[in-house]
Amino acid sequence: MENYPQLVPLIILIPALGAIINMLVGARLTERWSSLIATTASALSFVIAILLYSYLHASGYQAAIVNPPVLQDWILIESLNINIPWQLRVDTLSVTMMLVITGVGTLIHIYSAGYMHGDPRFSRFFVYLNLFLAFMLILVAGNNFLVLFVGWEGVGLCSWFLIGFWFDKSRGIGWKNANAARKAMIANRVGDFGMLIGIFLTFWTFSTLDFYRPGEIANPHAGEHGAAVEHVEAATVEGETAGEHGDEHGDEHAAGPVYTDNEHIPTEQLGVFGQAERMLALPEGDPGRTVALGPFRADIVAVLGLITFFFLIGVTGKSAQIPLFVWLPDAMAGPTPASALIHAATMVTAGVYLMVRSNVFYAAADLTSLLVTIIGVATALVAGFVALGQWDIKRVLAYSTVSQLGFMVAAVGIGAYGAAMFHLVTHAFFKALLFLGSGSVIHGVEHGHHETHHAAHGDGHAGEADEFDPQDMRNMGGLASRMPVTYITYLIGTLALAGIWPFAGFWSKDEILGDSWVAGLVNNELGGFIALAGLLLAAAFTAFYMWRQVELVFHGRPRTEAAAHAPESSLSMLIPLIVLAVFSVIGGFINLPGNAAIPTLGLDAVLGVHQFGSFLEHSVVNIHAADLQPLIAIVALGLAIGAILMARSIYGLNRGVTADRRDVLEANASFSRMWRLANARLYWDETYRRLFEQPFNRTSQFLADTLDWAFWHDYVHDTIIAKGFRAIGTLLSQPVDLGLIDGVVNGIGRLMRWASGGLREIQTGYVRTYAVSVLLGVVVVLIILLLPYIQRALASGN
Amino acid sequence: MQLPSLSELNLGLTVPALSLALWACILLVIDLFIPRDRKSVTAWLAAGGVVFAFIANLLVYRDPGVAFMGLFVADEFAGFLNIVVLLTAFIAILMSVDYLKRTGIERGEYYVLLLMTTSGIMFMNSANDLAVVFIALELLSIPLYVLAAFRAPEERSEEAGLKYFILGAFASAFFVFGAALIYGATGSSSLPVIVDAVGRALAGEGSSLLLLLMGSGLILAGLGFKVAVVPFHMWTPDVYEGAPTPVTAFMSVGAKVGGFAALLRILLVALPALTVAEGDAVAGWQTATWVVAALTLILGNIVAISQTNIKRLLAYSSIAHAGYVLMAVAAAGTPGVSDQATRAALIYLMAYMFTNLGAFAVAMAIEKDDGSGTSLDDFKGLGRSRPLLAAIMAVFMLSLTGIPLTAGFVGKWVVFQATIEAGLYTLAVIGVLTSVISAFYYVRVIVNMFLEDGEGDPAAAATPYVQWAIYLTFAGTLVLGIIPSLVTNLSGPVALAVASLVP
Amino acid sequence: MVPLWMYLFVAAALFCIGAYGVFARRNAVAILMGIELMLNAVNINLVAFWRYQTPFVMSGQVFAAFVFVVAAAEAAVGLAIIISIYRNRRSVIVEDVDLLKW
Repeated sequence: MENYPQLVPLIILIPALGAIINMLVGARLTERWSSLIATTASALSFVIAILLYSYLHASGYQAAIVNPPVLQDWILIESLNINIPWQLRVDTLSVTMMLVITGVGTLIHIYSAGYMHGDPRFSRFFVYLNLFLAFMLILVAGNNFLVLFVGWEGVGLCSWFLIGFWFDKSRGIGWKNANAARKAMIANRVGDFGMLIGIFLTFWTFSTLDFYRPGEIANPHAGEHGAAVEHVEAATVEGETAGEHGDEHGDEHAAGPVYTDNEHIPTEQLGVFGQAERMLALPEGDPGRTVALGPFRADIVAVLGLITFFFLIGVTGKSAQIPLFVWLPDAMAGPTPASALIHAATMVTAGVYLMVRSNVFYAAADLTSLLVTIIGVATALVAGFVALGQWDIKRVLAYSTVSQLGFMVAAVGIGAYGAAMFHLVTHAFFKALLFLGSGSVIHGVEHGHHETHHAAHGDGHAGEADEFDPQDMRNMGGLASRMPVTYITYLIGTLALAGIWPFAGFWSKDEILGDSWVAGLVNNELGGFIALAGLLLAAAFTAFYMWRQVELVFHGRPRTEAAAHAPESSLSMLIPLIVLAVFSVIGGFINLPGNAAIPTLGLDAVLGVHQFGSFLEHSVVNIHAADLQPLIAIVALGLAIGAILMARSIYGLNRGVTADRRDVLEANASFSRMWRLANARLYWDETYRRLFEQPFNRTSQFLADTLDWAFWHDYVHDTIIAKGFRAIGTLLSQPVDLGLIDGVVNGIGRLMRWASGGLREIQTGYVRTYAVSVLLGVVVVLIILLLPYIQRALASGN
Repeated sequence: MQLPSLSELNLGLTVPALSLALWACILLVIDLFIPRDRKSVTAWLAAGGVVFAFIANLLVYRDPGVAFMGLFVADEFAGFLNIVVLLTAFIAILMSVDYLKRTGIERGEYYVLLLMTTSGIMFMNSANDLAVVFIALELLSIPLYVLAAFRAPEERSEEAGLKYFILGAFASAFFVFGAALIYGATGSSSLPVIVDAVGRALAGEGSSLLLLLMGSGLILAGLGFKVAVVPFHMWTPDVYEGAPTPVTAFMSVGAKVGGFAALLRILLVALPALTVAEGDAVAGWQTATWVVAALTLILGNIVAISQTNIKRLLAYSSIAHAGYVLMAVAAAGTPGVSDQATRAALIYLMAYMFTNLGAFAVAMAIEKDDGSGTSLDDFKGLGRSRPLLAAIMAVFMLSLTGIPLTAGFVGKWVVFQATIEAGLYTLAVIGVLTSVISAFYYVRVIVNMFLEDGEGDPAAAATPYVQWAIYLTFAGTLVLGIIPSLVTNLSGPVALAVASLVP
Repeated sequence: MVPLWMYLFVAAALFCIGAYGVFARRNAVAILMGIELMLNAVNINLVAFWRYQTPFVMSGQVFAAFVFVVAAAEAAVGLAIIISIYRNRRSVIVEDVDLLKW
């Protein structure tokens, strides 16, 4: 079992291999085989993730660092002392992510086999899915920022592929899809820019990018206040040559003493986090705390503030936070399974993962943390509000995702890294479930539409019929009876998302709220107050828009023929729904709070409390294990239930959509302004267009017309460069080139040709000539060998 | 005298080479039952044997040992070269399937002979005794004589066979005469035993030293013929041109690998004491290989310029490349550099294998059924009619020239490095200058393909099998060029093994 | 007893005669015979060395046995090629076989 970490390269290679197989031969395979290959690859990865977990469990949560073969000297410039190995890390944090990614990923693969049935680029879709898995796993498994960044860019690329997957749809929709893809790419590019600067700064400061070096223990204090773990922890080094990269201490572990802390490792041989902790531990004003960045000197806290700020820019891009969140709702143009996997469950949480991974940095950077909190809370509120006024079933979920990501980011901001990860995991379950459920609904409505269209209408209605939008909730209603499995699972997802006891969302969301209570009211931090107030309101929004959606989609009477005839989806789509629904119910139990005031159905006795927290503690240094505050829990639950009841009273009983296809709130004079604001997404996109896009376009126009063409091309290029060049060229070509260089070059060429032609004549074709040549060779060799011998013999003879 | 028991023979280590020879014998029988129009089945069976041997070799590779009471040694050196040879054989089979069909010489014996000669090369890689080297050399050569003439009654092919046979047998006689002399001088034919006897011969006076020197000279000549270095090279262009193209491709790599394996092992294991003439010591083989290498580089590269037939051009190019490997052999004569130089030779051989096989595969795709279409003019316009094929051929040509990011560059780099390390500066300069000269004729192929007007051969012969061969070699060329650490890591233990053999 | 050098002298002479045969004869079969002579010279060498230097180790004899086995195999293959050429061109003169040159 101690060798299991060696498998970690496979977890990346298998999906990559699946992608390659499907890419090469997928077009010739049947759908069945194509999806089977991709799903098997994903499932095998999941199995490996489980094996890795079992390794962690058996080894007392020892982190392992693995050097895959071939790439161990990935970037090695000895003269500049730059060594960035392609190292992978198996620890509790990365394995948590791997389990979520591969587990949810596998279910979505299964679902896609049904959902994408009949698509002309069926196998291509699976290529992208597998490729995405590979990159996402690189992202979470890397042991340094650059490997992480490779994954970070790779998932961005796959996301771009998948958003624009239907780029060739007819009548402008294809254009819209392609534009959505481009938008995502550009927003992410802005974020990546920040990310890169952050990485450069990190390298500049610490001369390494490794999270932790082999032999280093991430959190020596793990297990001290967590109840569950009593092992003495010692990090292990995996891989043949791991010792090379880190230090000689790594090797000592094999035979020497077992270290329980990092005191024996010199500072320069620690990873970035270890170094940062050492520096932070020094007293204020100590010269060791000063970091020299070129001509500037700064205290480590200030430098970490900068690094974390630039990372935050990256996070706002990847995890769709204000101000870069605008791409995510548009990303729903992609196929629904891709939305579920990439734009809900996994990729968008990469930013949260990055911040939790860098918790040492963030914990030290108070100012950035406050900014993180503000951004998270603001995003949660804005997105939650916008979700109230959307008609598109997937768009509601998209804004909901943005809002929930805001929860996680805010949790990071107040230092509740464990709660953020907990919410990330549970959110992956229920948000994937909701997306897949919405896909099932869309699929059903589309089929219902096709059925009624072909049955009831003639050709004359073709034009009108094609404008039918199967994602518009106004075209739904009453689907509960048509699609019972989808309905029940969707309901579970909704309740989990709304944070109703005892579904998964309740535990994770209320842990965040509890932590902000502690941060705000106990520790008296500004971020805590903001988070508590803002997130409570956002939680109420969540419950409201989700129930509105349930009412509009599933309850009441069908508002269109299509909805009335929608069939239930196929089994391959329903099974993932059911599995995810189960996890949405029980997912919260992995981290039960230690507070008797919250009923836990007696599970705390079986599962223990704060399990997930003490599990993560081995890789996350600054984990908080704040108990759930009963008051907050009750308030939050009350708010959620109240919001649901309100939504039910407003939208229930078929009142949701008025006769002129307007929302009941829009029709109501006192709410209509607010609703329109939400529907128009707070004019966020328009503001961007006004602020950035148009000035940018105008500037580029100016640059292209005036600067580039008129000045650069006409004047500099034609007049100065071309004329000058011609003059020098003439000077050189007349005497120098024609005579000297030409002569030499041609002369050598001629000489070679002449020699070649002459020597060629030796080859007469007569075999006996060749034999003579062999004999000659023998004689030459013998003379060379014997000459000194003969000389010596003659000399000694004299 | 007590006979060794089976377990003492250590047969397990010989499985890769022996299984191939046995499989060839079995295949000869199986082939009788395969109908005439289904001969590709034989090809696949042969390829299966190669794959089996490859896997067996990988298993044996990391676990060095000695078999047949010291006659056969399975070390990393042999393992690495076996990989090269088996890849060569596999690619040659891929190239052959359609070629044989369209030229009407589809007979099962072809594959049997190919397997035989492959196993001969593998024995050569592992031979630890002069007698074994000789038998392996013949096992390598005799099937190749037949293969060269396989297109009989086509006159050129017959002629190639005859020339190769006469000269090959002639050179073998020299080799075995030299082996006999060394046996006489040292009283043993086993390489590790010879090394002690050489020490004694050097210390004392007497005729045994003379015998030893003459013997090593003759062995050098005999093996020099196999690897085609000047002045033992004259058969090469004629035979390469006349032989069926896949055979040429195989011969140009396989025979060289076997020859260099035996050469390196004999020189480094048995005769390291005869390396250089220092003080009152006798002249060593380093000077001899030095001179031969220089001659080879100059003549091979210069004569290649005036060639008009692609197969002939590649023949001279292969002579020149043998010169580069011989540079490494000469460098191996300097004490302390032998590890590095041996490694360089092995890397060069692998790089050369991919590139040269690829070039031959492309040449074969251009070739017409009647054996014409191998002129350089036939490449004109290929860049337009078959851009991908032409681009790949261009990469092969650049790799043969030794342009960075290709396998050829890596090979040349390590060889030059070893030569300079060994202090053979003149040789290194000759090597660099001649590789500049080589650009003349390699680039001409590229120019013909992309810049010259021509109807552009349809290259109908680029059937899937051939294409796979081309892709495989192309991938090898690029991968080796871009990630050289792949092969330098592989041959790390190889050099170690040689180091343990070198006293 | 005849001294060793005499055997070696005979063998060397035989080897040279064989080599001369290869150079001088135009008939491919005669060339083949020359090569056989050279191989037999090797055999004389091997056996003489064995007898005089290591009479208790078989390796010299075994080597010689291998050499004539190989010589036989070579002769078989060589004759086959020569016959094939003869069928085609009605000649075994090696100078006539010179399509491939330059």
